[in-house]
Amino acid sequence: MKTTVKQVLFYLLLLGIWQLIVSLRIWPTYMLPSPYMVFESMYHGFADRTFVTGLAISIRRIILGYGLSVVFGVSLGFLIATSDFLESTLGKLLLGLQSLPSICWLPLAVLWFGLSEGAILFVVIMGSLLAIAINTEIGVRLVPQILLQAGRNLGAGGWGLFVHVLLPASMPHLIAGLKQGWAFAWRSLISGEMLFVSLGLGHLLMVGRDLNDMSQVVAVMILIMTLGVLVDRILFRTLDRRIRRKWGLVRV
Amino acid sequence: MPKTTDTPWLRESKLLLENVSRSYRTPEGTMVALERINLNVKEGEFLCLVGPSGCGKSSLLNIMAGLDQPTSGEIWSNGRRQDGPVQDHILIFQDLALFPWLTVLENAEFGLRMKGVAAAERRERARAFLRLVHLSKFENSYTHELSGGMRQRVALARAMVMEPDVLLMDEPFAALDAQTRDLLHEELERLWQETNSTIVFVTHNVREAVRLGDRVMLLTFRPGRVKKAFFVELPRPRHMEDPELALVSRDLLGHLREEIDRSVREEYHDEDNG
Repeated sequence: MKTTVKQVLFYLLLLGIWQLIVSLRIWPTYMLPSPYMVFESMYHGFADRTFVTGLAISIRRIILGYGLSVVFGVSLGFLIATSDFLESTLGKLLLGLQSLPSICWLPLAVLWFGLSEGAILFVVIMGSLLAIAINTEIGVRLVPQILLQAGRNLGAGGWGLFVHVLLPASMPHLIAGLKQGWAFAWRSLISGEMLFVSLGLGHLLMVGRDLNDMSQVVAVMILIMTLGVLVDRILFRTLDRRIRRKWGLVRV
Repeated sequence: MPKTTDTPWLRESKLLLENVSRSYRTPEGTMVALERINLNVKEGEFLCLVGPSGCGKSSLLNIMAGLDQPTSGEIWSNGRRQDGPVQDHILIFQDLALFPWLTVLENAEFGLRMKGVAAAERRERARAFLRLVHLSKFENSYTHELSGGMRQRVALARAMVMEPDVLLMDEPFAALDAQTRDLLHEELERLWQETNSTIVFVTHNVREAVRLGDRVMLLTFRPGRVKKAFFVELPRPRHMEDPELALVSRDLLGHLREEIDRSVREEYHDEDNG
């Protein structure tokens, strides 16, 4: 409860400073909109449903793109972890590719898929799949050999060993990977959407720029941040905390 | 009735090792961990293996558990040649290897679950063994919430619930304080007698071996060989502080001394070279 109070006070203070700077008229309002103007933009955006549509489109894309990343990333991670050969070849390649900002894939994506859903999905997947695969692989590798031996000794083999020992034992890293993958996916989506008429949140940001409507830009930024944080808090924080409590990784 | 009244070494052979050797390839060359081990574990016997660290005790247990294959030699269990995976030789690891994502009850149920025993039945059987090791109150705890002695008992329950043909234990009580260890000795002795199990117990503590075993085998330091075997004919239940037990241990320790000295010398020697 106390931290909530602190946070509310902090954001009120932030708003106050923002309003103060605007009131000092150092910059014109078309460069730095006031909190109220942003609120108005937000209201209008929802009232005329452009924000609603933008949100819906972006959310649909992220579910699809992130979902595919999770499925392929986790599978790829487990696959790489099964062999030293794959680890020293494909695994190293993935590490290298991860240093590329995902938006670097856009030119290729546009060439291959055209200015389409496919191109955006491709960028999202390239952004998050690698992080998920790499973390899964690390998680599997860090599973103590002795747990697998114990599992085998108690009669688990093949699929049973995978489902009942390897998968749960690598869960802490796997969830860290999913969390990191989510952050990358969300960023990649927004940057991808900014590059053409895609109707998502990223596109709304560019519309604001084209109309020189900074209050819309800030309103959309707040929306993007809120959604990103909400998913992180609600989904990953809960998962992470549950795992940590189970494993005794934090004091409760 | 306590088992000491009959003679365990006249019973059927449970697990027979013939000339079992195991060597590993290391960067420095071939390291022979076990050399021509011959031993015969009898039905219902409590056999203790004692040796200095580096005598290949863990290798030997892994081989008996079917988790590792000998480089040469043969293993017979219940008169049948053992090659490939083994179902009912359950090993309690030195580090226990409890599953941290499962509760105490789920850990105890694990083996039965893998066997495909129905949920209700395996729960009931796991609970029965948790009762035997006095952990009923903690069945919903996670293992990190338990003390060392309690974790040890979870491992014991998880293994015993399988009603293993042979229970293999790798220095299970090494990390415990003396009081907890004494208590677990009593529980283990009682469980062994109640369930008529066959136990192979590895330790570096001679006194512990004499406290628990029907028979104690001394292994040599690198390569591991059987140096000598002793029958312990003290009545049960025994206690660590029994004067007769101290006498037998002292006698055994004399035989082991040489091996310990050699292991210490070689370790120092290794350091000098490194």
